[in-house]
Amino acid sequence: MGDLDRASIGGEPLLRFRDDEPHDEPAVTLDSFLAEQTNATAVRLEAGEDARALLPHLDRLALIEVSFPTFRDGRGYSAGRILREAGYAGELRAAGDVLVDQLPLMRRCGFDSFAPETEIDAATLRASLDRYGDHYQAAADPVVPVWRKRHG
Amino acid sequence: MYRYDQYDQAIVDARVDEFRDQVRRRLAGQLTEDQFKPLRLMNGLYLQLHAYMLRVAIPYGTLDSRQLRTLAGIAREFDRGYGHFTTRQNLQFNWIKLEDTPTILERLAKVEMHAIQTSGNCIRNISSDQFAGAAADEVTDPRPWAELLRQWSTFHPEFSYLPRKFKIAVIAANEDRAAMRLHDIGIQLVEQDGAVGARIYAGGGMGRTPMIAPLIRDFVPVDDLMSYLEAALRVYNRYGRRDNIYKARIKILVHEIGADEYRRQVEEEFVAVKQLGIDPPRAELERIQAMFAAPAFSADAPEAIDRSDPDFAVWLDQNVAAHKQPGHAIVTISLKSIGGIPGDASADQMDLVADLAERYSFDELRVTHAQNLVLPHVRKADLPAIWTRLREAGLAEANLDLVTDIIACPGLDYCSLANARSIPLAQKLAVRLAPRQHDLGELKVKISGCINACGHHHAGHIGILGVDKKGVENYQLSFGGSGAEDVSLGKITGPGFDEDGVVDAVDRATCTYVELRQAGERFLDTYRRVGMQPFKEAIYG
Ligand code: SF4
Repeated sequence: MGDLDRASIGGEPLLRFRDDEPHDEPAVTLDSFLAEQTNATAVRLEAGEDARALLPHLDRLALIEVSFPTFRDGRGYSAGRILREAGYAGELRAAGDVLVDQLPLMRRCGFDSFAPETEIDAATLRASLDRYGDHYQAAADPVVPVWRKRHG
Repeated sequence: MYRYDQYDQAIVDARVDEFRDQVRRRLAGQLTEDQFKPLRLMNGLYLQLHAYMLRVAIPYGTLDSRQLRTLAGIAREFDRGYGHFTTRQNLQFNWIKLEDTPTILERLAKVEMHAIQTSGNCIRNISSDQFAGAAADEVTDPRPWAELLRQWSTFHPEFSYLPRKFKIAVIAANEDRAAMRLHDIGIQLVEQDGAVGARIYAGGGMGRTPMIAPLIRDFVPVDDLMSYLEAALRVYNRYGRRDNIYKARIKILVHEIGADEYRRQVEEEFVAVKQLGIDPPRAELERIQAMFAAPAFSADAPEAIDRSDPDFAVWLDQNVAAHKQPGHAIVTISLKSIGGIPGDASADQMDLVADLAERYSFDELRVTHAQNLVLPHVRKADLPAIWTRLREAGLAEANLDLVTDIIACPGLDYCSLANARSIPLAQKLAVRLAPRQHDLGELKVKISGCINACGHHHAGHIGILGVDKKGVENYQLSFGGSGAEDVSLGKITGPGFDEDGVVDAVDRATCTYVELRQAGERFLDTYRRVGMQPFKEAIYG
């Protein structure tokens, strides 16, 4: 499921599945990004904010950070897919209560960068990412869904 | 029946491995209970009052003898020799040890079963019509569609942490045997211009704020179904309330913004989602349908049934339904013996039913949302032999849809959320009303031990809700609900009762019905015609 890189931002652990360098410009809020004609290339979306508001600006964004205030709040999964479905190719980072058991789902929704609040055990993460070789649905990752494997 | 291929098996096997690892990490203290809870819930494992409860998925209520025997074996080895069939056509084991669950899941996986998404804030086990594939009134067998949905919803990456649980039912007949419009999404398969498609209702549900789902889309062709449902779920995932657990179901969203606005948002989302190519080809539905092909019925099965035994004749009239194939019938096995626990079956009873299915019903069985079992494809000539075997096992109660065929949730005997006991009340009511049950005719009594409404009390012709009144168990009574095609929500009669008081009240209400009924009227029909007042007078008089 892609090669995992361990990096850090400002000393915090960062898990990345991208080849480029981590984007180090601090992310601005959605409101200030939209209101202030900014040149910012990094935005942070809070859980309740509308990812669609970013769609006209995707080509100048290098980093979108999506907040997961608790792992039970699943709105970020939809935000991730919406951004990827619209063609966003930059870094998509899940930040907050990002845990090993949810991380594979986030990968499927297009996230390729993770800023977990608490460190994730490397071996558990590897096992978790490698566990499922087959998936029923097409999503925002390159996985070939089971129905396509069945019918070509 | 559906059979797993290598992919289905690999996914279920991986799930067992994953859960084994999660249990190991929990027992080693690497996962907090708070972190572990949603993981175990998504695998059907609840912490109840006395022990863990494991809820096993029975997708669209269909299983075969091998699977039922496996469940019986698990009941013997890991539980106390019983299983409990639920209103979502699943099976619960009430006395499970956490450390045994990976082994139990492994046993289940060997017979193509699992406990995936039988709980948690995700898309739950898909329910359906227990007479699917056997009923004369269906436009198609709904189960292949339900299987398509099972696969689509399994570990859905976007919809595993929804605001709240999400229940989907699929039916394909006008007679609704699955309470379809009381689901988060209810799907009725209908025919339009020679093609079968899905009519979509959304925003129904029971619980604290019961709602009947409004129609959202008249017809979704099979080629668009997954895209349409992704759109419907995405709107809910993004905008369903997360600030209050009691307002988090989709019914509240649909109610607050209105069905028209919800529909508009879904349609808009659908336009975007449809571009993505996420709908399986039609060949996938056809592949599944081939596995649900009708069994090899004998074309010349005789129609005649020997009715000379009066007890048999009563059971025949009550528990046996018409089959689409001449010379065949559908048998409902009541799990509501008078004074027994509604929906419970012993391991021995499960084994016996498995034998009967294998021998007489093309190896097929169904679970009903009313917590009974069904032999869907039986030759009429075999009915006396089946009845004899059932009677020996205490399973020949002739009470389908009668006043003693009570739906009851586990209540305070097991459930940590309960306000009151459901099971002992169901037992008392059944004992009291059994002598008059055939005279009273169809009368659906449903009991929930708290406002979560697992016992579907809102949909009961007579509904009973356990409430806590200053630390004392109290029961609220309601009349006029229905989960069938004439769907409606029950209305509260007035002040509540203690356990004996509610039994008396129900008894009196049934007497009022007998006095007032016109020819052919069920309790529900009489209530709808005359209203609450005469019943109120009889009860509170
Ligand atoms: S209705 Fe309440 S008491 Fe009954 S099973 Fe559901 S949560 Fe428990």
